[in-house]
This record gives sequence, C-alpha cells and structure tokens, in this order.
Amino acid sequence: MLIDTSTIGLVEVEEGTKVLPPNLIITSIDKVVNWSRLSSIWPVTFGLACCAIEMMAAGAAHYDFDRFGIIFRGSPRQSDCVIIAGTVTKKMAPVVRRVFDQIPEPRYVVAMGSCACSGGIFRTYNTVQGCDTFLPVDVFVPGCPPRPETLMEGMILLQEKMRKEQARWSMWR
Amino acid sequence: MEKVEKILETRELNVNMGPQHPATHGVLRLVLEIDGETIVNVTPYVGYLHRGIEKLGESLTYFQGLPLTDRLDYVSAMSNNIGYVVAVERLFGIDPPERAKFIRTIVGELSRISNHLLWLATHALDIGAMTVFLYCFREREWILDLFEMICGARLTVTYPRVGGVRNDVSQEFLDSLYKFTEEFPTRIPEYETLIDKNRIWLKRTVGIGVISAEEAINWGLTGPTLRGSGVQYDIRKHTPYDAYDKVEFEVPIGTNCDTYDRYRCRMHELRQSNRILKQCLEKLPPGPVMADTPKFTLPPKDFILKDMEHLIHQFILITKGPTVPEGEIYVATEVPKGELGFYFVSDGTGKPYRMRIRAPSFVHASVLSRLCVGHLVADVIANIGTIDIVLGECDR
Repeated sequence: MLIDTSTIGLVEVEEGTKVLPPNLIITSIDKVVNWSRLSSIWPVTFGLACCAIEMMAAGAAHYDFDRFGIIFRGSPRQSDCVIIAGTVTKKMAPVVRRVFDQIPEPRYVVAMGSCACSGGIFRTYNTVQGCDTFLPVDVFVPGCPPRPETLMEGMILLQEKMRKEQARWSMWR
Repeated sequence: MEKVEKILETRELNVNMGPQHPATHGVLRLVLEIDGETIVNVTPYVGYLHRGIEKLGESLTYFQGLPLTDRLDYVSAMSNNIGYVVAVERLFGIDPPERAKFIRTIVGELSRISNHLLWLATHALDIGAMTVFLYCFREREWILDLFEMICGARLTVTYPRVGGVRNDVSQEFLDSLYKFTEEFPTRIPEYETLIDKNRIWLKRTVGIGVISAEEAINWGLTGPTLRGSGVQYDIRKHTPYDAYDKVEFEVPIGTNCDTYDRYRCRMHELRQSNRILKQCLEKLPPGPVMADTPKFTLPPKDFILKDMEHLIHQFILITKGPTVPEGEIYVATEVPKGELGFYFVSDGTGKPYRMRIRAPSFVHASVLSRLCVGHLVADVIANIGTIDIVLGECDR
C-alpha cells in the first residue's frame, strides 16, 4: 500500500527519521539495528589486573553502568564486547584472543588503561606492549587506572561509534 | 567378564577452570581432578599476570620503584606502598617523623577496610549474595573519596614516600575521616544482617576449607587466613612499625578453622581498624611529615622551585639515586592479605641489586590444593574467596 506522504502529517524529527503521530516511525533498518545494539552492550566479566577493580566500581551502585544498558555477562558467548581491563602478558595474550574469538559477531573491544593501550609502565620481557597488537581495538581509554567516569566516557564513545555504523556488520542483520 | 570390566572402568575427570572465569579473582588457572562431584586434586597454575616487577625494580632507583608496588596488590595499594617504604627506610637507616607515622597508620587502616570490603563483596558475589556486593562498594567508594582528598588518586595512590608521606593532610580530610569513623560501625551490621545467619551462607561456608593451626603454619599462611585457624600472629602487634605500638587494638582469631571463621575474623578486623582510626585521629601530633635527612629524602617542592642548591640536590637524587649502605634487609609488614615482605640486596648504588617480594597471595594460592580436596566443585569458589588472593601480587 502506498501512502501519499504529502497529505498526512509526517514530521521529520531528525535526518532520516520521520514520525507519523501517534506511534508510527519511518526510518532505515540501519538506524533501528544500531539503536538496539548500542542500547544494550553486554561486556564479558573479564578482569585482568588493576583496571578490573575500577571496572567493578563502574558496574556497582555508585556509578551504575546498568543505566546505559551495560550489563556484565559471565560467558563470552552471550556478550557483545570485551573490556581489556589490565596488563596483557605474553602468557595471557592467547587466552584473551580466544575469549575475543568466542564472542559472536558483531563484537567490539575496549582497551582500558595504559597497560592495555600501550604496555604502560611495564616495559618488560613478559608484557605485551598494547593489546592492539593482536586485537582490533575500537576505543582506547587511557589512565592508570582510568576512573570509572573515564570508562563511562569510553563506553559512550563506543555507543556513538555503533550509532554511525553502516556496512561493517551488515551481513549479520 | 574381563572385557566388560575393562569397558566399565571409571576414571577421574580433568576440568580446566580459568584463566577466564568470573570467580577466580583475576587470572588464576586451576586444573581440577574430579571424581564425580568430589575434588580429588587441584593444581593451581600461576603466571598469567607476570609483569616482571621484581626485575623492573632492579633497573629503577629506590624512589622510582615505589609506583610499582601500587600495582602489586591493587586492592590495597596504600598498604603495599607502606611495606615498600618501611623496608627502604630501614635499609637507609632513617626514621620518619611522628606525624608521618600516624598518617601512614591512618591510610594503612583505611586501605585495610577497603580491601576487606572488596573481599567481602566478591566473596559473597561468588557464593551467590549479590546485595552485599552493592552495599560494600557503597562504603568502598567513600574510602576512595577520602584517598582522593589526600592525594588525588583513587586506586594507585603512591602517597607514602621514603622518609614520610608526600604531603600533609588537610583539616577537611580529618573532618571527613571523623565522620567516616562515626558512621562506619553502623554499616557493618548491615552486611552481617544479610549473610551472618543466612542459611545458604552457612551451608556454603561452615566446615568448608578446614585447615588446622599447625598445618596453616606449615603452609606459610599469614594474615586473616592464618588467624582464622586460631593462631594469634599479627606483625602489627609483634614487630610494630609506624604508629602501631602507640594504638590499642585486638587481633581477632577464629576457632573452627573454616571459611566461616575466616569471614568472622575479617569482619572483626573491620571494627578494629575503625578503632585504630579513631585513636590515630585523637593522637595525631603536629609537626613535619617528611624526615629531614637530605642524603636520602627529596627537598620540599617549594624550595626546589626557588632555590638553585635544592634543585641540584633533587636532580642528583633523582638521576643517580641515593648513596645507600651495602648490605641486605628483609622487612615484613602486615598488609590486609597477610605478611608482605620486601627483601633488598644493596650493592651501594642508587638502585637495588635485587628486589624480592614475599607476596602473601603467592603462598596462599599454593594452599588451594590442600583446602579443596574432598569438597565439591562448588566449594572451590568458596575456597578461592576465603584465602583472599590477588593475582597481581601473586605473579608479580
């Protein structure tokens, strides 16, 4: 059925989204899928070192990650994203990679803390100098350790990135 | 008949637990040998967080090595800093001023409270009590705010320095701390109401992970893990450092040597720490917070910015490190997890020839193979929780 949009009251609320009162919204699939993805990011409960404590603090009552729809899941198979919270050592790197590989696509990586970003103060024989050497990192959150607010900002940036996505994960719609 | 027996034989099953597991407190890996649901043998594998801190310490001066200790036991960074600076001070042969000693005792005890709160939060979460986690983090955030008030950092503080502390505490901090010490004892019963007589909690903790006093000593356990077995051993009491000889406190011990008694010990320690805090607030003397020993301690920042001699002095101390007497020293301090020892070998230069860390978590991780045997698979989680390990310290 074709609707003649000139005669009925379609209101364009933002670019690419039109609303027909009371409750009909016309928009693209991309927008709907991206909106639903970014509104419920589930990271893996996966702490490596010091940053994990701040990650826990971000999830607890005071900072409350739940209000962004961010709920920690115990299994990588139920998650969308992994927060690399802490130092990645050479012994741990294959495990981290395996956890990442177990996450169903589309999947995202947040490198939390100086160690995960660049190795931090640990320029030693057993530390991986940044987890971007073996993972496709989406957001880098600096700090040693970053405050929960900083992690929050990182997750908001990740949400902004997901909002703009078009072709990368189009196969998995 | 022989053939049938061969087919029907039973074998132990090997199950891998970790390093990615929500309840292993980091990156501990355990290989469980199980017979049905019963544990036959547990082998802990450590080293997934080995960052080479001991080796790194050899290439840094005594001042520069301090921030590494924050990352050892990141749950109670202040206590680790204190352990390091006390050891280095004994090696240098300097004595910090009284006020600095009391401030260190204050931050050390705050750190102990925050550590025990986090321990209770995660231990209860692993066993299945979610609400305790949220309650404990509420008070922990309060303590972290207090840390922020002193030095600006929440977790990795690096506040105590060789020869004292970095800066004096403000009156605003002391007022907030007083408010905390008044309020905190009313919060402890809140956690206790939730789990103390909870039937599930009792089922999961009473009689789990029993280790006798003699065995606990033989395994090298320290801290609340040892005291739960009824051994009255506390380094704060027996070889006091900082201002612990000027305050009164009790060392709580358990009787049944199980997970529940270790939990009770830690809850009593929360109260005792609060008591120490109150006494420190009363007795806090005025005066400087940094020892006046120019050979070993940095000059005050105000002087460096105005004065050429102090600038040169600071430059030499930072680049070359202090001139240290040759020799070796082992100093142990009581961190929330147990006995943290620093062993330094000095060859007379500004950098340690060898820095060895005796981490309680490393010793405690080994006892898992003794604690878990004979219990069910679910009790492994309770046992990991009760020995209170942090892998950053264990693997170093």
